[in-house]
Amino acid sequence: MLLQINRLTKYFGGLLAVSDFTLDLNTGELVGVIGPNGAGKTTVFNLITGVYRPSEGSVVFDGQNIVGKSPDRITASGIARTFQNIRLFNDLTVLDNVRIAAYHQMRYNSFEAMFRVGRFNKEERGYIDYAMNLLEFFKLENYAGEFARNLPYGLQRRLEITRAMATKPKLLLLDEPAAGINPNEIDQLMEFIQWIRQEFKLTILLIEHQMRLVMGICERIKVLDFGATIAEGTPLEVQNNPKVLEAYLGEGAEQ
Amino acid sequence: MTSQTVNNNNLRMRLKRRWEALMANRKVLPILVLVGFVLSFVVPQYNLIGPYYQLILMYVGINIIMTVSLNLINGYMGEFSVGHAGFMAVGAYIAALLTMYVWPQNMVAWLFPLTVIIAGLGTALVGLVVAVPSFKTRGDYLAIVTLAFLFIVKSLVENIEAIGGPRGIPGIDRLTTLPWVFFWTVLALWVTRNFIYSNFGRGVLSIREDEIASDLMSVNSRQVKVLAFLVSSFFAGVGGALFAHLLQFISPRVFDIIKSTDFLIMVYLGGIGSIAGSILGATTYTILLEVLRPLQVWRFVLMPLMLVFLMIYRPRGIMGLREFRWFVPGYELLATKLSKKPKVEVTDAAAD
Repeated sequence: MLLQINRLTKYFGGLLAVSDFTLDLNTGELVGVIGPNGAGKTTVFNLITGVYRPSEGSVVFDGQNIVGKSPDRITASGIARTFQNIRLFNDLTVLDNVRIAAYHQMRYNSFEAMFRVGRFNKEERGYIDYAMNLLEFFKLENYAGEFARNLPYGLQRRLEITRAMATKPKLLLLDEPAAGINPNEIDQLMEFIQWIRQEFKLTILLIEHQMRLVMGICERIKVLDFGATIAEGTPLEVQNNPKVLEAYLGEGAEQ
Repeated sequence: MTSQTVNNNNLRMRLKRRWEALMANRKVLPILVLVGFVLSFVVPQYNLIGPYYQLILMYVGINIIMTVSLNLINGYMGEFSVGHAGFMAVGAYIAALLTMYVWPQNMVAWLFPLTVIIAGLGTALVGLVVAVPSFKTRGDYLAIVTLAFLFIVKSLVENIEAIGGPRGIPGIDRLTTLPWVFFWTVLALWVTRNFIYSNFGRGVLSIREDEIASDLMSVNSRQVKVLAFLVSSFFAGVGGALFAHLLQFISPRVFDIIKSTDFLIMVYLGGIGSIAGSILGATTYTILLEVLRPLQVWRFVLMPLMLVFLMIYRPRGIMGLREFRWFVPGYELLATKLSKKPKVEVTDAAAD
C-alpha cells in the first residue's frame, strides 16, 4: 500500500470542505477523483501535499504519517503534483524551472555555494545534466533557455509535468491535466499519462472534469460532492450509479 | 562620398565585432578586478585624483554593497524590505563601538578587518529577527514589519545613553580606505552572485515567482529565506562598518527612513534581480546626488520625481531581471547556448 488516507476532514471556518475522505492507493494504480465544481477535489490534493493541515484524519504515505509535515518535506518524500491553473515560475528559464525541483537532492551546504568550493561545482553541473536529460525525455530541450512564460500553453502543461517529475516522485497527483486542452487531444493526453506511468513506475491520482479521460484510463474512480464521497468503483459502476447522475445532472435526471 | 560611407560602415562593423569579442571574453573581468585592486592602492598613494573624488568613489563602493544586499531581498526574493538602513545602523554601531571602546587604541587599524567581519556577523544575527516574520508574512505586510524594525533600531539607539543616545558617536578613527572598500565591494558582489547561481539562489527566485509552487517543488522556503536574510544583513552590516569609519561620525539620525529610501531608489533605478543593475543603480545615484548638489534642497524634489518616471516607464529598473554576461557563471551560459542552437538551425532552414 503506497498511500492510505483515512477519514480526512477539513473545515474552513464553519464550512465543511472535505468530509471523511478515505482512499487506499496500491503501488502502480491509476485512480481518478471526480465531482462537480466546488466538490472539494483540489482541497484533497492540498491536504495530501501539506498546503493545508487537515482538521481530522490521517494520511500515511509509504508507511509514514505525513500529516503536519511541511509541503517541501512531503514532496521530498515522493509526492509530486501539478496544478489546475498552471503555476510555473514564469520569469525563470525552462531549465531553471526543472532544476529548482531538484532542491531536495542538494548535498552541498550554503558555505560551499557562496564560495564555490567543495562539492559545489561538480554537483551544479550534475543538476544541469539531470535537468537537461529530463527535458530531452519530454522533448523540451530546445526550449531550455527560454522563459517559461513564453512557451505555448501545451508546452507549459508538459513543462509542469517535467518539473514535477524532477522531484523523483513515487506518487503523482495530476490536477485537471485536460483543462484547456482541445477535446481532440484527449487521446494523446491519455497515452502520455500511461507512458509516464510506465516509464517512471508511477502511481497516479488524478482529478478531472473530462469524463472521457477519466473513464478511459482510471482503474478506480471516486466521486465527491459537497465534500462527501457519494460513490466509488470501476468506471462502469460509477457511470451507472444514480447518485452520480443526480450530482452531475440534477435530481430527476434519470427520467 | 560613397566609398567613405562604406569605409565608415566597415569601421563600425569592425569596432562592433571587436566589442562583441571583448564582451565574450570571460578573462576580462578578473583582469579588470585585479587592475582595479592595484589602482585602489596606487590612487590614494600618489593622489592621482583629488581626495574629494576618492571620497565619492568610496561612497559608491559602500552604496554598491548596500544595494546588492538589498536587491537580494527586494529584487531576487521579491519582498519589499524598507529596513535596510536599520541593518546598516547595527553594523555601523557595532564597528564604531569596537574601535572606540573595545580594541586597544594602538591596534585599531590592524584589527579593522576583524571589526568589519564582527559587525557583519552581528548584523546577520539581527537579520534573523526579520527573517522569522517572513515565514508567515509576505509583501506589504512584511514591508510594515521591516519598517517597524527600522524604527525599533532607531529608538533603541536614541535611548541608550552609553552609546551616545541621540548625539551619536563622534570622532571615530578614519580606517576605511579605498583598497578596503574595493575588496569588500568585490566580495559582496561575488558572494551574492555565487549564492544566486546555486540551488539556494534558485530557491530565492522561485519564492518570488510562486511561493506555494516552490514549496511543492521541494524547496525548503524557510531555509532559503533565513539564508537570504543572513547574507543580505551581513553585507548591510559590512557596509555600515565601512560607512562609520569613513564618515567618522554616526548618530541615529543618519540611519533614518530617508537612508532606506536611498537604497530602495538605487535598487529600483539599477534594476531588480540583477548584479549589474545594483552596480549601475548605486553608481548613478551616488554620482547624481553629488552632481546635483548645487541645486540644494531641489535635488530632493528632482530625485523622487525621477523615481516616479522610472516606475512608470521602466518599473523593473534599467537592468531589471537581466544580467550582464560577465557576471553569469560560464557553464550557465553554455547550458542556455546549447539549448538554443537547434532552434536557430530550424529557423535558418526555414529561411532557405
